[in-house]
Amino acid sequence: MLQFIARRILLMIPTLFAISVVTFIIIQLPPGDFFTTYISNLAAMGESVDQSVVEAIKKEYGFGEPVYIQYVKWITKIVTKGDFGRSFQRGQPVTDLIGDRLMLTVVLSLFSLLITWVIAFPIGVYSAVRQYSIGDYIFTFFGFIGLAVPSFLVALVLMYVAFKYFNQSVGGLFSPQFTDAPWSMAKVWDLFKHLWIPTIIIALEGTAGLIRVMRANLLDELHKPYYITAKAKGLSEFKALVEYPVRVALNPWVSSVGWILPGLVSGATIISVVLSLPTTGPMQLQALLNQDMYLAGSFVLLLSVLTVIGTLLSDILLAWLDPRIRYQ
Amino acid sequence: MSTSIPEATAPVGAPVQPAEEEFAQEQEARVMVASQWQLMWWKFRRHKLAMVAGIVALAIYAVALFAEFFEPFPPDQYAANYTYAPPQRLHFIDSSNGGIKLGLYVTGYKVAIDSFSLRRTFVEDPTKKIPVVLLARGFKYKLLGFIPMDRHIIGPVNQGDPMYLIGADSMGRDLLSKLVAGTRVSMSIGLVGVTISLVLGILLGGISGYYGGTIDNVIQRTIEFLRSLPTIPLWMSLAAALPVNWPPLYVYFGITVILSFIGWTGLARVVRGRFLALREEDFVLAARLDGSSEMRIILRHMVPSFMSHIIASITMAIPGMILSETALSFLGLGLRPPVISWGVLLQDAQNIRAVSTAPWLLLPGLAVVVAVLSLNFLGDGLRDAADPYAR
Repeated sequence: MLQFIARRILLMIPTLFAISVVTFIIIQLPPGDFFTTYISNLAAMGESVDQSVVEAIKKEYGFGEPVYIQYVKWITKIVTKGDFGRSFQRGQPVTDLIGDRLMLTVVLSLFSLLITWVIAFPIGVYSAVRQYSIGDYIFTFFGFIGLAVPSFLVALVLMYVAFKYFNQSVGGLFSPQFTDAPWSMAKVWDLFKHLWIPTIIIALEGTAGLIRVMRANLLDELHKPYYITAKAKGLSEFKALVEYPVRVALNPWVSSVGWILPGLVSGATIISVVLSLPTTGPMQLQALLNQDMYLAGSFVLLLSVLTVIGTLLSDILLAWLDPRIRYQ
Repeated sequence: MSTSIPEATAPVGAPVQPAEEEFAQEQEARVMVASQWQLMWWKFRRHKLAMVAGIVALAIYAVALFAEFFEPFPPDQYAANYTYAPPQRLHFIDSSNGGIKLGLYVTGYKVAIDSFSLRRTFVEDPTKKIPVVLLARGFKYKLLGFIPMDRHIIGPVNQGDPMYLIGADSMGRDLLSKLVAGTRVSMSIGLVGVTISLVLGILLGGISGYYGGTIDNVIQRTIEFLRSLPTIPLWMSLAAALPVNWPPLYVYFGITVILSFIGWTGLARVVRGRFLALREEDFVLAARLDGSSEMRIILRHMVPSFMSHIIASITMAIPGMILSETALSFLGLGLRPPVISWGVLLQDAQNIRAVSTAPWLLLPGLAVVVAVLSLNFLGDGLRDAADPYAR
């Protein structure tokens, strides 16, 4: 098991490297030198720009040097000091800006994952056991709808309904009195009260796929002799089902985290913009519109890394559940 | 095609009549000699939902192709007097004067301007009738780019009259015309994007599956890497890098390329899988022993036998492209006005107050859902039909 984990972590290194390169390219992409823009902005606002400060910043970021040296300087600071650079727009270090927001995105994505499972698991099992029943068709149909309706549209319609008929706004993650309050039990509870709407909206998108996976897996198992034997020996249908085939069918399910998690993080980003949740989404959008690239790039980097780590954890969980995986 | 669906077995229980037996044999004989595509068509037709979805998808593409014909007005024609005008009901029978008269018309508006907020409130005015005809004369355009025409599917008899079948937007532009114009952009971005993905997918997937070994490994790791990234944050960043001063056409292609940049992975996987499966087939070995060149083996022998799978995968990939474009444009990072796409139209619906005054601004979302659903069901049916020999 340890060997398996070690190997998986080693395999992650090239992925992390690739993520950092992609992020660096994104930071460099906007036309023109944003640093020059920053300086000219400062000058335009009437602030005197001290030449020595300019030189210091230039040296720090390696401007004017070859691209690969800039990259090395950038990534070294991130890895060794956790310094993601500065947001030129807000004049603050990126690290100060993103902490809470990143955490809320993680919470939102993980809860959505949980909800996806909670919805998809029973429906998947039901659809397999009662294949081609009316219920199966209905769930399949709703699954397809869930796939076809963009999540931000669901959010929009929900907001419209809440505004029009209940005269309420569903945006945000905190009640006004908690927005700037320090963390406390009351604030966490307030968060949970607001969290369920965006969570369900985000979860809907991944549910359909998971139902199909569960249904297909379980259908494969239901035709196997061990299940028939178990039933023939007089085990109740429920017990025979839950103790054997469902457990086997669960394995590929755990590995589905790998392809569901990126989707959930994506969903969380766009939903947050619509519902103006204080997560990474709106801030990244703002940063991108202002070409504040260190801030925007850091979101891409951190979200991607977290997604990859999430996938790693699910792989380890899978290997623990199903020993066959370890020896592949 | 007028042939009926061949049944493999006679119905159980009923004694087989000689005539029926003959018929069944005839059917079987037809199955034996039918071409692969014919078999697929027969199998596809049995999938009713996919048939309906296919017709809907074709209709949507027809609207996209002949967009100008389906637009009652130029989509950018604004009317300051009709901001957020609500949808008018299309009447088929005029019975207001006691008698019954057949004929299309919509009722005009009575406008009240709130002196405080300066907002217009529109009330239907049943006394004002605006006659409407099918194939009405309207603005001039060139059908398919070269046939000069001025007929539109529907329009007011007097060209200046207001007709807002699904309402107007913030500048009094006809939402129906905009929706139709958006259909062309949104649906075509799906096609163009999938085409680019397909080229990449077939090339890289083909190399991966045909040669195997190290290069296969490298390509597979790349695909896994691209699939492990959350797409929206990445797409947002890439789209934001497109220069602001680019002309609309450049932006259109820029966005398409960005979407295909990740979209190719799915198709590459399908192609690779088929290559791996077919590489070991006897007919490929036979072709090789006959001395066919590698190119000939791939193009003449292997590609035709997985063409159907590719078509099914393409159909399944288009909805993803459409949804992605919609999401990006909705965020303001994709296509930008004056280009009209469904996502651009939905941007107007971002403001909750605008939506509560004019809920019809959400209608482009319905168009997205219908298009995506029909393409999904169609793809599902095509996938089932793609392998007509599987029972």
